[in-house]
Amino acid sequence: MRHIRIGAGAGYSGDRIEPAIELAEKGEIDYLVFECLAERTIAIAQQARMNDPALGFDPLLAERMQAVLAICSEKKIKIITNMGAANPLAAAAMVRQIAQAMHLKLKVAAITGDDVLDTLKAGDYISDQDIAVNSLGDKLLSANAYIGAAPLVEALAQGADVIITGRVADPALFLAPLIHEFNWAMDDWHRLGQGTLVGHLLECAGQVSGGYFADPGYKDVQGLARLGFPIGEVAEDGSVVITKVTGSGGQVTPATCKEQLLYEIHDPASYLTPDVVADFSAATVREIGPDRVLVQGATGRARPDTLKVSIGYIDSYIGEGQISYAGPGALARGKLAQAIVAERLQLSAAVFDEIRYDLLGTDAIHGAALSAQASEPYEVRVRVSARSGSMRDAIRIGNEVETLYTCGPAGGGGATKTAKEVVAVQSCLLPRRQVTTSVHFE
Amino acid sequence: MKLRELAHSRAGDKGDISNISVIAYQEKDYALLEKYLTPERVKAHFAGIVHGEVLRYALPSIGALNFVMQRALGGGVTRSLALDAHGKCLSSAIMTMEIPDDTDPS
Repeated sequence: MRHIRIGAGAGYSGDRIEPAIELAEKGEIDYLVFECLAERTIAIAQQARMNDPALGFDPLLAERMQAVLAICSEKKIKIITNMGAANPLAAAAMVRQIAQAMHLKLKVAAITGDDVLDTLKAGDYISDQDIAVNSLGDKLLSANAYIGAAPLVEALAQGADVIITGRVADPALFLAPLIHEFNWAMDDWHRLGQGTLVGHLLECAGQVSGGYFADPGYKDVQGLARLGFPIGEVAEDGSVVITKVTGSGGQVTPATCKEQLLYEIHDPASYLTPDVVADFSAATVREIGPDRVLVQGATGRARPDTLKVSIGYIDSYIGEGQISYAGPGALARGKLAQAIVAERLQLSAAVFDEIRYDLLGTDAIHGAALSAQASEPYEVRVRVSARSGSMRDAIRIGNEVETLYTCGPAGGGGATKTAKEVVAVQSCLLPRRQVTTSVHFE
Repeated sequence: MKLRELAHSRAGDKGDISNISVIAYQEKDYALLEKYLTPERVKAHFAGIVHGEVLRYALPSIGALNFVMQRALGGGVTRSLALDAHGKCLSSAIMTMEIPDDTDPS
């Protein structure tokens, strides 16, 4: 049976670059996919584009392309990425410039159509949090539909060597080359379900090859500083062997594959994507060699008629302050510091919708119920964070914590403060026919 | 014994929903997980953190359970005040649950 080898070169925007170079050089792959777009990333990218129309794509795009373009061109490896974020056309133009400067002849395609901001502004859409989208007004920054594999398949059919997209469903980045290479029908739900499982296993890159897995003494992983990113060796029937470059760090085992199989999905029998409703519930995972795990048995049903849209908007302002106490009585001084800030904020006119007090190292992550302390910690760090409708009030939080230097308990040190505008995300559903995608080669 | 002796876990987030996998190291232990990790027990374990419904999905073919916990992330990663806004550390919290050893004759 024919196989296609797909490498995952990044699992998020800031991911390491070296493992992708290793995949291109030694992975014997046909495709290299960089998944770099989280829910909120595209809203922030839209903000960047508003400030400068030439921006709005992934900040590491140029660095990544300079690292892999020449090798991929030489070895005929096609590159697919959503690093176009809010501006796939400008991103593709930059990749063409980089290729030209390297004297490489590459066909670079940009996919557009995911930006549905105008459609949402003009309609009566209600978000998953029961807010009328058009009531957000000036606070509305972006609306991007999760589009499927179809326009990517079209670009591949037209000979694209590099494909730059914005908001495409993550597994679709991997599904597209399978549909193209194996001539799968766009209603072959069974195979599209399998191909979506392949994409889901690979989309977080290192997370299936031993990253985010180690727990010393229970789950030991070697060579995490040289973690190898995964390769999916996919057969025509959609079954996949997950593997990695021999000699790289990390490991591919049934356990790493199972953790990734269930990552960020809800009902495993109904994983909704723009291409298929995938069913992973009967999938099997079997080790067939060192760092070689066979995953098969997924299936699928007809795709949904609606597409999920991520709506980015300016939600609020969060201020934060931190200060440390150490040595005898550190915990008591930390608690006193919290009480002082709480009283100060009550005395002030500042308005906060929500305030949170943490003692780092004690109860900051899982709250008091799950964090019963056996002994007094040597050091604690006080953290106060709060949400407000105004930047001015958000800034006040950090200032109140900082004034503990001269006005609070003894021995406080290392105060820091921040205040930020919060770009948050809601979602809504849009009928598929209202989204039109295009493929651009220039 | 602690769940940590029998299983491993990873947490994921979507909006204000956390999903936590629990995967048996040995497939023979899956039945124990299925018996003791009821949605009610998991919800009680996360009291104060999870404010909504807890749903459980079973995947016997890989010896795993998937818990989907509503209103678990302080409004969601994009606006949460929490230090661990994604709830990534919740996978460690579930590992402290107690599982009775059914093979013990006493």
